[in-house]
Amino acid sequence: MSAEGADLKKRRFLIAATSVVGAVGAGFAAVPFIASWQPSERAKALGAPEEADISKLEPGALMRVKWRGKVCWIVHRTEENLADLKTNTDILVDPNSEVDHQPAYCKNAFRSIKPEYLIAVGICTHLGCSPTYRPDVGAADLGGDVWKGGFFCPCHGSKFDLAGRVFKGVPAPTNLVIPPHMYLSDTQVVIGEDGGAA
Amino acid sequence: MSLINWIDERFPLTKVWNEHLAQYYAPKNFNFWYFFGSLAMLVLVNQIVTGLWLAMMYKPDANLAFGSVEYIMRDVDWGWLIRYMHSTGASAFFLVIYLHMFRGLMYGSYRKPRELLWIIGVIIYLAMMATAFMGYLLPWGQMSYWGAQVIVNLFAAFPFGIGEPLSIWIRGDYVISDATLNRFFALHFVLPFVLAALVFLHIVALHKVGSNNPDGIEIKKNKDENGIPLDGIPFHPYYSVKDIMGVVVFIALFAAVVFFWPDFGGLFLEPPNFEPANPLKTPEHIAPVWYFTPFYAMLRAVPPMFGSQFPGVVVMFAAILVMFFLPWLDRSPVKSIRYKGLLFKIALAIFSVSFVVLAWLGMQPATPGSTLAAQIFTALYFAFFLLMPIYTKIDKTKPVPERVTK
Repeated sequence: MSAEGADLKKRRFLIAATSVVGAVGAGFAAVPFIASWQPSERAKALGAPEEADISKLEPGALMRVKWRGKVCWIVHRTEENLADLKTNTDILVDPNSEVDHQPAYCKNAFRSIKPEYLIAVGICTHLGCSPTYRPDVGAADLGGDVWKGGFFCPCHGSKFDLAGRVFKGVPAPTNLVIPPHMYLSDTQVVIGEDGGAA
Repeated sequence: MSLINWIDERFPLTKVWNEHLAQYYAPKNFNFWYFFGSLAMLVLVNQIVTGLWLAMMYKPDANLAFGSVEYIMRDVDWGWLIRYMHSTGASAFFLVIYLHMFRGLMYGSYRKPRELLWIIGVIIYLAMMATAFMGYLLPWGQMSYWGAQVIVNLFAAFPFGIGEPLSIWIRGDYVISDATLNRFFALHFVLPFVLAALVFLHIVALHKVGSNNPDGIEIKKNKDENGIPLDGIPFHPYYSVKDIMGVVVFIALFAAVVFFWPDFGGLFLEPPNFEPANPLKTPEHIAPVWYFTPFYAMLRAVPPMFGSQFPGVVVMFAAILVMFFLPWLDRSPVKSIRYKGLLFKIALAIFSVSFVVLAWLGMQPATPGSTLAAQIFTALYFAFFLLMPIYTKIDKTKPVPERVTK
């Protein structure tokens, strides 16, 4: 480009001004392309609360419910399980649920509304695998006597107790998430909705 | 020849042919390790052609994807062959590229003036990993699903509250779903063309600086009266013919795997992937495909710190990003391992062993013992790079000859 007789200051200004306007325009044009990657209205609608019937859930058994595409567990804990949850606190990272991974009404020793029912999102807080339910107390591959039943993540070896509290020295950093939920009756529970109790 | 003349007046056909093939002078002492660049291009072409054909019959829909792959395998004429060529090609691509990169490490092909050539290469490697990762979701098997779940959740580990929204944005849903599959298919289709463009840039950079060689000598320093490097020979016909020989051997081995051992004992096609994706159940043991396992082992080796798994993610990405700095970490006065001293040879040996052991550890279930081993080998992997400025400087090197040797 010829510089002879040109007002270089003006030229630089015009180049800079054009570039800035162009960049802003490109930024705005990018918005719909980036925003289209967000969950669609349909995907959001599928996040509606999910009802479950727990009348047939035997003590010691686990059932799976799908909420927002995620697996949620409902575990019917036994009296022994509940007793164990009070004594195993020294092997846990966060026994008192200080990290905000549960609604306020579940911030208690059993991380639940009714002590016998654990309702948790069955997705490991490490990298999102679904841990395996291992209620067998004293399982040799999970530490023997220390193991009072709980969940073992096959992906990276994280361990959780029957209240979804994470063990020390495993990859998962925090306790399992307790979803908002409420009981409609003694046998009906709804996950994803708590009537604003939290 | 009037047709060629007619074209040459309108398009630099003869000029390009001469500059990049018939009169492109490559060092005459290329050895076995110099097959893998051209083989990588061959595999890229194989992936694009077989991938295009698979896309004609595959359905990127969470309800149909798994079935459409089975349909290709059972009902489409020769569909099984096209699919096995594609799945074996993915593993072959990484094998060839790892050998290609190892060649660069041995002979100092990343050193000045080839820094940019190396950097473009690392970008190609990253693009390859992204392509392979997205492609692995498409069969919509259990391993596809949970592998993608784990990898996308790596992004959720980013701190400052951006991690969770970022991972939701990548998935387009709260979990891996139809939306994720559909977009991964689109990206998996287009990324190979980005790869091809990057390979073009890689070759433009290579032909600017010229090929390195096992002696690490710049052949452009010794030219005859016509300006032709004394140690150079025209790429065509000498190396085009040599590369074709490599292609023949490669295709023989490739065909043997495709026809007789396409799952390669569970390494190329993992057993859980023969089961359709089930968002409610993680398989007993999940591991990525073999070419990702070294980095996966590093991820698992790092314990959570400050209530976050982010440090492990950082270490995993750092293992690749550190490669970008390699040209400036090597302070040795010589390029090639032939003239480097014992220290570098030991370091490269430890590095290679660490990479292979990490790859193996990444396939195994996590136990306290294997986690400790992974921690040790992760440290050794990084030591190769981070201590390089020290050991290459104090290393005893041999004098480099003026001209290339046999």
